[in-house]
Amino acid sequence: MHELSIATYVVDLATQHASQHEGSRVAAVTLRVGSLSCVHEAALRFSFDLVCEGTPLKGAELHIVAVPVSVWCAACQAERELPSIQRFACPVCGAPSADIRAGRELDLESIELVEAALP
Amino acid sequence: MSHSRPIRSSSVQPPRGQSPRILEVRTKILKKNDELARAMRAEFEAAGVVVVNLVSSPGTGKTAFLKETLTRLVKAGEPVAAVVGDLETDNDAQRLAASGAPVRQIMTHGLCHLEADMVKAHLEGWDLSSLRYLFIENVGNLVCPTSWDLGESLRVALLSVTEGEDKPLKYPGLFNTADVAVITKIDLTEACDFNRALARANIEAVRPGMRVFETSAKTGAGMDGWMEWLTRAGQA
Repeated sequence: MHELSIATYVVDLATQHASQHEGSRVAAVTLRVGSLSCVHEAALRFSFDLVCEGTPLKGAELHIVAVPVSVWCAACQAERELPSIQRFACPVCGAPSADIRAGRELDLESIELVEAALP
Repeated sequence: MSHSRPIRSSSVQPPRGQSPRILEVRTKILKKNDELARAMRAEFEAAGVVVVNLVSSPGTGKTAFLKETLTRLVKAGEPVAAVVGDLETDNDAQRLAASGAPVRQIMTHGLCHLEADMVKAHLEGWDLSSLRYLFIENVGNLVCPTSWDLGESLRVALLSVTEGEDKPLKYPGLFNTADVAVITKIDLTEACDFNRALARANIEAVRPGMRVFETSAKTGAGMDGWMEWLTRAGQA
C-alpha cells in the first residue's frame, strides 16, 4: 500500500503550487503513471481521497493517464511500445531490449485551479 | 507522449462564473525523495562507499544472504555496515550483528518500504568515508520499494527457489529496476522441483542482459561468485 505515500506526495506538491495562487482551490490533478511504476490505480484513488481531506484539495478529482512501456530497438532503430511487460523484446523483430524509453513515469502533470468560494 | 491512453478523463465542469486555470506542473511525484537520494548518492560516492539495496519478498532469505555476505567481508578485513528495514522488531539487526559488522534497525511501523530520509536518519554518527560497503536490507516486499531511490549504487533483486520460477514475470517492475538478480536457497532446488533454466529465462525476459547469481547462504554454494562480482563492483 505504498499508494498512500504516493498520494501524500501528490497532495503536498499540489498544495505547495496552489498556495502560490491566492484565492484558489485545487479542483483536479492529473498524473502520468507508467506501467512499470507498480502503482495500483484503485488503491491510489482510495488513498488520494483520504489524504485530500482537510487540505485545499478536498473534493479534488484525480485524473490518471496510463503510460505504456516503450523500449528502444537497436536492430530496428525505432522506439517500440511493448504489448506486454512480461517480455522486454521488440514486438516487430523480437530483439531483446532493456533500453526503456517510457513506462516508469510517476509524474504530476498538471493542477486545475478554480476560485475558492468566499467564506 | 502520443500513445498515452487516459484511463479515466472525465473533464470537470467548473461552476458558473469560475474559470479554471490549468497549471502545467510536470514534476516527479517523488521529487522530494529523489532529490534527497541524489544528494545521498553524491555523498556516498565522495566517501567512496558502495551502497547496496537488497529487495525481495518476505521470506526470500535476504537476511541470511546478507549475514553470509557481511561475515565474509568482515573476515576479509573490509569495513562494512548495514541498515535493515522491517515493519516491527529488531530481530534482523540482531541476526546480522552476529557477522561482526555494525548494524542498525529501521522500524517502519507499518510502512511497506524504505524512503531515503529514513536511511539518512539511521546513518547519523557513522563515518561513511571509513566504510567500503554499506548494505540496505529493504522491507520484505516486491512491489512498494521499487519507486523509492535510496541513493544506492546497486540494487539487488532476490528470489528464492521456494517462490517459483515465474516471480520475475509477476513482478517485472522491481526486476526492471535491479542491477543484478540473486536466486537464493539453491540447496532446495530438488525439493521444490525448481526449474533453474526457466527462472533464468524469466529474468532474462523482463530484464535482458541482467547478471544472475544462484546462491545458498546455508551451504555457501555460489557465494564465491557473488563475492567476486561485488568486490569488482566495489572497485569500479
